[in-house]
Amino acid sequence: MITIYIDNVPYEVNENQNLLQASLSLGFNLPYFCWHPALHSVGSCRQCAVKVFKDENDTRGRIIMSCMTAASDGVRLSIDDPEARAFRGNVTEWLMLNHPHDCPVCDEGGECHLQDMTVMTGHNYRRSRFKKRTYLNQDLGPFLSHEMNRCIQCYRCVRFYRDYAGGRDFNVFSAHDGVYFGRYEEGTLESPFSGNLVEICPTGVFTDKTLKEHPVRKWDLQTSPSICAQCGLGCNTIVGERYGTLRRVLNRYNGRVNRYFLCDRGRYGYEFVNHPDRLREPTLRSRESVRVSADSNGESGVESGERNLGRSVEAITETTDRVRSIIGRSRKVIGIGSPTASLESNYALRNLVGVENFSSGLPQREDELNKLVARVLSETAAHTVSLAEIEHADAVFVLGEDVVNVAPLAELALRQSVRTTPDATAEAQLHIPDWDDRAVREAVQDKKGPMFVATPYAVSLDEFAVRSYRGTPEDIAILANAVAHIIDPENAPAPDHVGETERVLAETIAGTLGLAAKPLIVSGTTLGSKAVLEAAANVATALAEEGKDAGIFMTVSESNSVGTAFLGGMSLDEANEKISSGEADTLIVMENDLYRRMDTSQADFMLQKAEQVIVLDYLRSPTSQRADVVVPVGTVAESSGTFVNNEGRAQRFYEVMNPDEIVQSSWKWLNLFGNPYYEGKVIWDSLDYMLDTIARQMPLFAPIKQIAPSASSVKNGLRIPRESHRFSGRTATGANISVHEPKPPQDSDTPMSYTMEGRRSQIPPALIARLWAPRWNSVQALTRFQEEVDGPLRGGDPGVKIGAPRAKREESDPSAAYFPQRDEALHIEEGKLLLLPSYHIYGSEPTSAISAAVSKRVPKPYIGLSAADAESMGLAEGDTVGFTVGDKQISLPYHKVKGLPSGVGVLPVGLTGTEHFAVPGWGTIPQKGEL
Amino acid sequence: METPLTRFIRPNEESLLLSEYEKRGGYTAVRKALKGFAPEEVTNLVKDSTLAGRGGAGFPTGLKWSFVPMGDDAPRPKYFVVNADEMEPGTFKDRMLLEGDQHQLIEGIIIGAYAVQAEVAYIFLRAHYNLTELRMKRAIQEAYDAGYLGKNILGTGYNLDLHLHVSAGRYICGEETALLNSLEGKRAVPRAKPPFPQLSGLFGRPTVVNNVETVCNIPHIIEHGAEWYKGLSNSSHGGTKIYGVSGRAQRPGWWELPLGTTAREIIEEHAGGMLPGHTLRGMLPGGGSTDFLTTEHLDVKLDFESVPAAGSRFGTGTMIILDDKTCPVGFVYNLLKFYARESCGWCTPCREGLPWIARMVKSIEDGNGEMGDLDILAQQTRSLGPGKTFCAHAPGAMEPLQSALKYFKDDFVSHITGKRCPWRG
Repeated sequence: MITIYIDNVPYEVNENQNLLQASLSLGFNLPYFCWHPALHSVGSCRQCAVKVFKDENDTRGRIIMSCMTAASDGVRLSIDDPEARAFRGNVTEWLMLNHPHDCPVCDEGGECHLQDMTVMTGHNYRRSRFKKRTYLNQDLGPFLSHEMNRCIQCYRCVRFYRDYAGGRDFNVFSAHDGVYFGRYEEGTLESPFSGNLVEICPTGVFTDKTLKEHPVRKWDLQTSPSICAQCGLGCNTIVGERYGTLRRVLNRYNGRVNRYFLCDRGRYGYEFVNHPDRLREPTLRSRESVRVSADSNGESGVESGERNLGRSVEAITETTDRVRSIIGRSRKVIGIGSPTASLESNYALRNLVGVENFSSGLPQREDELNKLVARVLSETAAHTVSLAEIEHADAVFVLGEDVVNVAPLAELALRQSVRTTPDATAEAQLHIPDWDDRAVREAVQDKKGPMFVATPYAVSLDEFAVRSYRGTPEDIAILANAVAHIIDPENAPAPDHVGETERVLAETIAGTLGLAAKPLIVSGTTLGSKAVLEAAANVATALAEEGKDAGIFMTVSESNSVGTAFLGGMSLDEANEKISSGEADTLIVMENDLYRRMDTSQADFMLQKAEQVIVLDYLRSPTSQRADVVVPVGTVAESSGTFVNNEGRAQRFYEVMNPDEIVQSSWKWLNLFGNPYYEGKVIWDSLDYMLDTIARQMPLFAPIKQIAPSASSVKNGLRIPRESHRFSGRTATGANISVHEPKPPQDSDTPMSYTMEGRRSQIPPALIARLWAPRWNSVQALTRFQEEVDGPLRGGDPGVKIGAPRAKREESDPSAAYFPQRDEALHIEEGKLLLLPSYHIYGSEPTSAISAAVSKRVPKPYIGLSAADAESMGLAEGDTVGFTVGDKQISLPYHKVKGLPSGVGVLPVGLTGTEHFAVPGWGTIPQKGEL
Repeated sequence: METPLTRFIRPNEESLLLSEYEKRGGYTAVRKALKGFAPEEVTNLVKDSTLAGRGGAGFPTGLKWSFVPMGDDAPRPKYFVVNADEMEPGTFKDRMLLEGDQHQLIEGIIIGAYAVQAEVAYIFLRAHYNLTELRMKRAIQEAYDAGYLGKNILGTGYNLDLHLHVSAGRYICGEETALLNSLEGKRAVPRAKPPFPQLSGLFGRPTVVNNVETVCNIPHIIEHGAEWYKGLSNSSHGGTKIYGVSGRAQRPGWWELPLGTTAREIIEEHAGGMLPGHTLRGMLPGGGSTDFLTTEHLDVKLDFESVPAAGSRFGTGTMIILDDKTCPVGFVYNLLKFYARESCGWCTPCREGLPWIARMVKSIEDGNGEMGDLDILAQQTRSLGPGKTFCAHAPGAMEPLQSALKYFKDDFVSHITGKRCPWRG
């Protein structure tokens, strides 16, 4: 700690930061534009000017930029100095010379950093009498609106897009007062992180285009802390609602998880909540009508015995009575849970049907892989790193995963990790502080820390890798085990059949990882190979056994994959077995579409065979169309609960929409169905009750009660308001019906309220529903929620780690820490095509894929083959090819996939128009033309 | 009077080929330095000579070199870069040296690069110096062919490659760090210092950037020694200086004179005084981005101490003179228009402030000014002052304006009150 003097008052601050960081950490209102906690200082905007004095006798001082000046012991600065204040006012005046002052029609208005800073610097009256400069704007695709006239040239956008996120199709053009930020020609921004420009831009140049479809002033949004449910990383979000529709998603800082950024799937994939296919009332069908409904897609439902129950309390009781009677009559009920549903909902289903009748809702291979992840998280000697910790790794080995398409933010973090070593060198050798961004980048140039990527086909991380390796899952597992064996020759299993290329590469990788201080192994479940995941764990174990601070990071595909893996339960295949054998006759399917999990014929059979099918879901699906009872449940925006992310971190999300009589969290419905004291009266259980029950029944999950204060622990009046203090229309909304102010909806589940009143300071870190502080209306208010700038949230970053206590390993058998060398089932066989899954950030996740903006980015289905195979078949890009998978004949256009080994094909997961493919798996060798 | 820098320059004739240059004693300094001096000894000799940088800032050259990390563990490669991006309004001194005597510069580069043990040297040439480009390419080839460049120069084991890079043509590339960014293929935006280029310069490696005229001095210092060099000058810094005059003088041009020659001698003797019917009103002593001096400053010695004492900067040492038949407001506007256009657009005061100021001055010149403008202009010259902007571009642009507001305020006022430019018909 060092002492600095701000306006003659001494403060203790951390060294290694600049004066702007120090001032903001201390709570001073010092305006800035070009500085950003993740992008650091470049000194371009000149807004954060302060005066420094040589000593206490120096009365003249000189103006410096606080962001470009290191906090040194004894430094004396003045923020309040009249000359510094006047200069800062002048900077804002310059920035406003050409700004259109169109706040009333600007989407940024109300949460605009430029507005805040203009007020803060006191610039009021325009002295320039000249015309303003204007620009032409560009169409940047479905995610972002572009309004260059508002630009104040802080350069943050281009620094984020290019320098930080590694994008290429966006830049700064021209010079002097004609500087332009955009693409070289109109077109969709390609970076999967482009949406962050909305929050990076301090004013309204880049705004959320999806919000324009249903515009709302920012202060009129009802907001809640949420967790993104569209991949396994669990990025923290703030979701905003108005008039019953979800309007937008913003980043919510969590220093251990997503920090400042979101991917475009997570930011723009929310619109499914407002989708016309939402289920909003219970539906009952007679058995006969189920078939009709399925065949005719439900259109002739009413005549043939389908009954929508409407949205009354009676609809709830009738549904409940029906479900209770089905369960009562049933021989055995199988509950099919879902890795996208909350822990609470999965637990409630498991509780309703019994432990032995609960299924995770995943086919066997995926189920086993998720459980393997849970096991590694619990047992590995390596450090299970968080998303944010990835950035600090100094050597990375990626195994099998196409990271950007399955866990986009992890890719963004990996792209930063290659800077760890060079940046540290610049700091050590040239004494350039890490916050001096441009100087660090100049010194580092394009030097990168070591990253090795081993995947079946070319991935975007290759660009950042020292070496990329292409091979089948079998090859990758052998390579990884070879690396582990070189690191720990005593105990790690020695792989057979290591090729010469692999042996040499393994030596290089082992040597590099061995030299690193924080080596990181990245793998995951989406390649579908147990052997690769186990071999990855072996490498991490070997490094840890050798005394390294080695980390392992495993991607999973869904928001609660790890939570359901910890919860246990049988696979979908086993559940199918119980139904087909007649052991069980009733199915409850929760937030899961079986047609995305199994073969169509298999799913058809299972749903036909079951005598009664009850579906709880929020979107119409082929499964819900075949159900006897359809129960409408809440999405992540209409329910509260807990997800466990890929790191084993349990995180809470809270409903943001006004409570609905009918659309409730799945766990509420399921508890109602199973309530032994049910007497025809609807009493929904509370989240507190649910959390208590889970913690009591399953001690593994006991920590989830600590994620956030319980609803009951917060007194009325001290609840966190979901509405801002500027929320408008509370009395006017609905005035056409009654001029009386309606009673605000009650919230018995969360420590929050659906009002404007309540606690606005010292908010518990898991309950940050909006970023606001006096004088800071934009997301830049975040520094007021952090312990220090760029540090953890005040009160600690939210979330608790779940995991079985580490098993003590027998000293006598160190090799027990390793997975044995496994014969990989996925090896190329003569005359067959090995089919692997390929993922797409837009398309492979079903809810985002039907959201309006994201749906425009979803690619067409295809079969991916290597260029060599295509050439031997005489295929040109787009040619239709036919092949057989199992007993299914498929015809798809050919798409060249770079790097893919010969004899291997890829099929995209989840793209509209494609059926469920059992990938990884085998197909026949494709033939040109339709089958 | 000795004129070492221009001894071989024959205006309007071909420059010397390497053979002619050698015949007249050229490249002896390279032999002497590489064979007779350790690199540090060269640096010390240049330090002793009191050579100050001729690009405008006047930083001691030897001192600059001494910051470069030396020894076996120094980062490699190191770079020696010549700033030949001469775009300062009113300045054409480097052009004469570049067009007139390429081998003098190459010789200086070899010695300077040797002193800091640079492996690679660049000449960053102004886009519009086409004749230089032609001649310099030839000269560099000659030097390679003669073994003065390339591997194992003169059998000493020292290697140096020299590249000519022709700029794409922005004034800001004359700023040494913007020059380095441009040379790397990036936007020509200045860098913040520290780190200084001597530690993290071109491609993040130790780099020295010197002006053309500075480098041309080096062979002579090596050849004749520090004492001789100091004796050339009438000032505390050694050497001669290329002075120049542009404007309504009898004989505008350039002359190599002892450093510390007075403005009066340059204007009245060398430039032959003002054109008939024109009276001197003021001068920008060191190019477009220096403060006006007036007739009361004619006896000021033009050197690194006396000019600042008189309230301006020595700059490039090539003056632009203002006469009574020229409108000072229009004169200043012309400069401001240039500097606003040449702003790189990186920092706010320069990008936004300069065009605003230029428009205000234009508006005054056009007879549309308001009295309040003068207060805003005066305040803006302070807000765009040194330390407040990212680099020295905008503060330089403010120098002619702030001094014009001091010395020629009546002219500004008469534009505003008369609602027209008195110099226009």
